[in-house]
Amino acid sequence: MATTMITTLDRSSRAAARGLSDISIRNLFIIPTILFLIVFNIFPLIYSLGYSFTDFRASTNAPANFVGLQNYRDLLNDPYVWSNFAITAKYVIISVAGQLFVGFGVAMLLNRDIPLKGFITTLLLLPMMLSMAVVGLFWKLLYDPSWGVINYALGLGNFEWLADPRMALYAVALTDIWMWSPFVMLLSLAGLSAVPKHLYEAAAIDRAGPFYTFFRITLPLVAPILMIAVIFRTMEAFKTFDLAYILTSQPTAELISIRLYKMAFQEWQTGRSCAMAYIVLIMVLAITNIYVKYLNKVKER
Amino acid sequence: MAHIQLKNISKTFGNHTALSNLNLDIADGEFFVLLGETGAGKTTTLRMVAGLEKPTEGQVFIDGVDVADWGAAERDVALVLQQYSLYPRYTVRQNLEFPLKPKIRRLPEAEIKDRIARAARTLRIEHLLDRKTDRLSGGEMQRVSIGRAIVRKPRVFLMDEPLSALDAKLREALRTELKNLQMQLGATFLFVTHDQIEAMSMGDKVGVLNHGRIVQMGTPHEIYNNPRDTYVASFVGSPPMNLIDGRLVNDRAVMAPMNFELPLSGGTRTGGATDGRPLVFGIRPEDVYLESGAPVEAQVHDVENHGVEKIVTLRVGDTMLRATVPARTAVAIEQPVRFAWNPDKVVLFDKGSGVSLRHAG
Repeated sequence: MATTMITTLDRSSRAAARGLSDISIRNLFIIPTILFLIVFNIFPLIYSLGYSFTDFRASTNAPANFVGLQNYRDLLNDPYVWSNFAITAKYVIISVAGQLFVGFGVAMLLNRDIPLKGFITTLLLLPMMLSMAVVGLFWKLLYDPSWGVINYALGLGNFEWLADPRMALYAVALTDIWMWSPFVMLLSLAGLSAVPKHLYEAAAIDRAGPFYTFFRITLPLVAPILMIAVIFRTMEAFKTFDLAYILTSQPTAELISIRLYKMAFQEWQTGRSCAMAYIVLIMVLAITNIYVKYLNKVKER
Repeated sequence: MAHIQLKNISKTFGNHTALSNLNLDIADGEFFVLLGETGAGKTTTLRMVAGLEKPTEGQVFIDGVDVADWGAAERDVALVLQQYSLYPRYTVRQNLEFPLKPKIRRLPEAEIKDRIARAARTLRIEHLLDRKTDRLSGGEMQRVSIGRAIVRKPRVFLMDEPLSALDAKLREALRTELKNLQMQLGATFLFVTHDQIEAMSMGDKVGVLNHGRIVQMGTPHEIYNNPRDTYVASFVGSPPMNLIDGRLVNDRAVMAPMNFELPLSGGTRTGGATDGRPLVFGIRPEDVYLESGAPVEAQVHDVENHGVEKIVTLRVGDTMLRATVPARTAVAIEQPVRFAWNPDKVVLFDKGSGVSLRHAG
């Protein structure tokens, strides 16, 4: 009975009048979310694990046969898949390093008393708030070889940003850097403004130069929050799909998620693509774990 | 080591005047204490010497050179702050190394080691050298922060209330240590504090700052025995000097409301003290005696026992005054007692301006 339960609910409230306890209200809020999670996330996750051991194809009515680890064995022996992983790794490194460099650099510039600081910060944050697809479409226009603004501004003539197999991946990374540097900037700004001013004064008194101060005081104190930015961005970059898919179809820019998409929805190799998805998941988890371990170490120091 | 001069320094923040027309002269090797209440402008003065703040007007000289365009690094000062500002994430040793490591004036490794060892020994933090700074107690942190100042050989040591965040025992210990250190090094110290005990016990010279102005400058003895005005008299000393309104009648102090009288000696009188002039009589609590045959009767209002002595608050009508008496003196609250003062120790202040007649000349 609701009335016999220990409750902090206001007894004169309408909810109490209807015989609800705070526990039943809690359940009312939580259960739909949990159900949603189970139906749309956890169930497919487990179900796809099952599929990853079969030769199931969603395009046919043929029953799925259990093939054991065959899918995993094939995938890990496939040189094309490995080249996709290599491309993805290159993309992640370029894109995250670029975001870190630009984002932290801009944060350093903004971390002082300048007029309209709030306004400038807000403007700089805008790219981050756009949708990936919109950014992809816009940058496709910007990169356009014959009438794109980038070639016009840089005087590059008809340079093929997205159709050039050597350039395509860098072009996608550049777009990603443009879009997500603000995120790194935001986190860096928070970190930088948390460095107490008297430490800088003490360093000035101790006659430390700007570089010495930066590497001995600023960087160590901002490092943990930068690590968090790196974790977020690495995870995101690893699973980049939309941006790369919209911008280019060059095989040299075929990220693992694009390969996965093609395998699942163009070649209809459902079982194998499930196995692939699991490989990617395990990799992301592994990389994140390494970062988190490192982050904890940085924090301890 | 250096000789510091501040000439006609003014500093305003917006429309708040922090310092006005300040003149200071700190001799080479002197322990100078700047004493004042919170907000009096002590820290601003210190930061101006350090080069962290620019004066709105006036000049700062170090060894006779105008240092207006010099940054903190070029002035070669060491600063110890109240909030320690140790570099986090580093060990004590790394903190002490910090000022010695910048490339421009990098010292040989052996020299660095030697200086750190010496500083650690002086401050008795040798056992802490390899500990991270966030594992230290307040007193240890403050020692490290002093250590970081003394590993260098700066021209001036600037200290901004370095002891005020510490507990009483430690404060006492570090007070002695700092004073010894200064004498060993023969260094120039500019020490800022709101604690008059620190000022009295450490300073070769004390400057009392009030609302951005130096009210009085002199040796602790001068400041204590011959305060320039009633502000200094009531600020310096614990308990502060008794200040009683009255007037002078036939070489005797006559206190206004209750009309009690006390004798004055010729030594305390100056030309300005004419009969009938409204005055404030200042007397230190230790110069007030309780004696059975004394001229004035009072009620004991309050007794504070301090172990070696008792501070007795006496009430004569509405006038309260404090007397420091030996602890063995038996007094009870509301007990009638008789008291007198040492007529040689009375300081006379003008009633209107509060300035001591001796200083008004």
